[in-house]
Amino acid sequence: MQLDSLYQEIILDHYRSPHHAGLADPYDVEVHHVNPSCGDEVTLRVELDGDTVKGVTHHSVGCSISQAATSVMSDLVIGKPVAEGMATYEKFLELMQSRGNIEPDEEILEDGVAFAGVAQFPARVKCALLGWSAWRDATAQALAANQGVKNA
Amino acid sequence: MTDARTFSSPLDLQSVRADFPILSRELAGGFPLVYLDSANSSQKPTQVVQAISDHYLKHNANVARAMHQLGAEATAAYEGGRDKVAAFIGATNRDEIVFTKNASEALNLAAHSLGASLKPGDVVVISEMEHHSNIVPWQLLCERTGATLKWFGVTEDGRLDLSNIDELLTEQTKIVSLTWVSNALGTINPIADIAVKAHAVGATVVVDASQAVPQFPVDVSTLGVDILVFTGHKAVGPTGIGVLWGRYDLLAALPPFLGGGEMIEIVRMTGSTFAAPPARFEAGTPPIAQAVGLGAALDYLSGIGMDKIAAHEHAIVEYALEGLKTVPGLKLLGPTDAVDHGAAISFELDGVHPHDVSTVLDTRGIAVRAGHHCARPVHERFGMQSSTRASFYLYTTPEEIDALVDGLGFVRSFFKVD
Repeated sequence: MQLDSLYQEIILDHYRSPHHAGLADPYDVEVHHVNPSCGDEVTLRVELDGDTVKGVTHHSVGCSISQAATSVMSDLVIGKPVAEGMATYEKFLELMQSRGNIEPDEEILEDGVAFAGVAQFPARVKCALLGWSAWRDATAQALAANQGVKNA
Repeated sequence: MTDARTFSSPLDLQSVRADFPILSRELAGGFPLVYLDSANSSQKPTQVVQAISDHYLKHNANVARAMHQLGAEATAAYEGGRDKVAAFIGATNRDEIVFTKNASEALNLAAHSLGASLKPGDVVVISEMEHHSNIVPWQLLCERTGATLKWFGVTEDGRLDLSNIDELLTEQTKIVSLTWVSNALGTINPIADIAVKAHAVGATVVVDASQAVPQFPVDVSTLGVDILVFTGHKAVGPTGIGVLWGRYDLLAALPPFLGGGEMIEIVRMTGSTFAAPPARFEAGTPPIAQAVGLGAALDYLSGIGMDKIAAHEHAIVEYALEGLKTVPGLKLLGPTDAVDHGAAISFELDGVHPHDVSTVLDTRGIAVRAGHHCARPVHERFGMQSSTRASFYLYTTPEEIDALVDGLGFVRSFFKVD
């Protein structure tokens, strides 16, 4: 097993100084997600501007992989249309489930390509997906709430 | 490198390890397996695997209800497992041994059947250092019955905080359920002393001995508790079997837990009557081959000698605590000396998350556990979200402890924490 392929320098950089860390106001929805088997936790806030992700901030307790993945995820979705963020998630998920058999698309995943090595450590895949699952949940809730406002 | 420190064990480790073929496995990168996760699940000796294989290949049939020759053989084998368990833990009556699927099911059985008569105002007492399996069933019971759940705290040095024992144990206290050995802290609790006090107020005492029965001699005939549970797979036995021992007169007075085949006396469409213990608590086809395997496991441990195993564990814990204390930035969770310390040691390594510690160790063939070890409340008590745990058994060598200590040094250099 290749340790350096798992712990790419990019991952360790994001871990040491995660981007968009620290919960900020204003926000539309806040969620709290956990990995029950290991205890990693993330609190994440999403602010939408119509169908665009205006802001994502988070506070997380967890390993380097989960913290770095949440940091990279925030970079990838902020300022993008929700649909584009969701499509990026699909690409990231595909990479995580690939067991190392696909070449990641750096155009789409940017720093996320550094997680290609995680796919070879099945026990750690859930770490890389925690922040994403929190973002998808918060965003879906925020969209539903906005829809409700429009319909009202 | 760690220097050559003194280590003395009554066990012939080379010959013990020869019984566990998995221990000579090589893992990725050519590293020999260093298995330090026995509190999670122990490895199995050839003798146990052969007993299970032999049963399936030569004697397999259902028990009790099968009237043919193989049925008789399977029944004898299953009931033989019960005899071995009874002898191993000092039960005077074989009918006091109930087989379950695991320790969790045994604790759920205890909570359901013992707790069936609880009412609002009654109190159940547990502790903050319990495994989730000795917390959640009692929480559910209290929700069902309106009883109140209270708990012993944990002192700063990882011992049970008994300072308010007189407030916790009162006339209202009906059940006290405690772990004998903490799976996260390693603390060995003064179960017999607490049982005396609990009985003085009329409470029934349940003990989770999952980390105790595999580690040191247990004699329920003198321990003074009412119910004791453990699981097979942590005692070199197979998965899929747990044990609940209960005083016979207590078991005989309890209602069933799960309903089904073989736990009944007469079933009518208008209602049923139930078999005597232990059958009353063993609905459905039981874990037959597992009981055979557990019997072989306990024979194996007895053959080596539980007193010797306990002495070995103590020596390993002492050696490991000494070694771990040399790792800069390492903080032990729980007692920091080997007195009343079971064979599990949890710790934090400053600047490196436990999952990362465990992944890096894993790439060097060292298997430890990272997370909250199904004991989240005690981690919260110490302001931790998770920890790394190394746990040992009769086959653990001082060289493996050295490998762990060296591995932790490598973890620190890999993550550049200094």
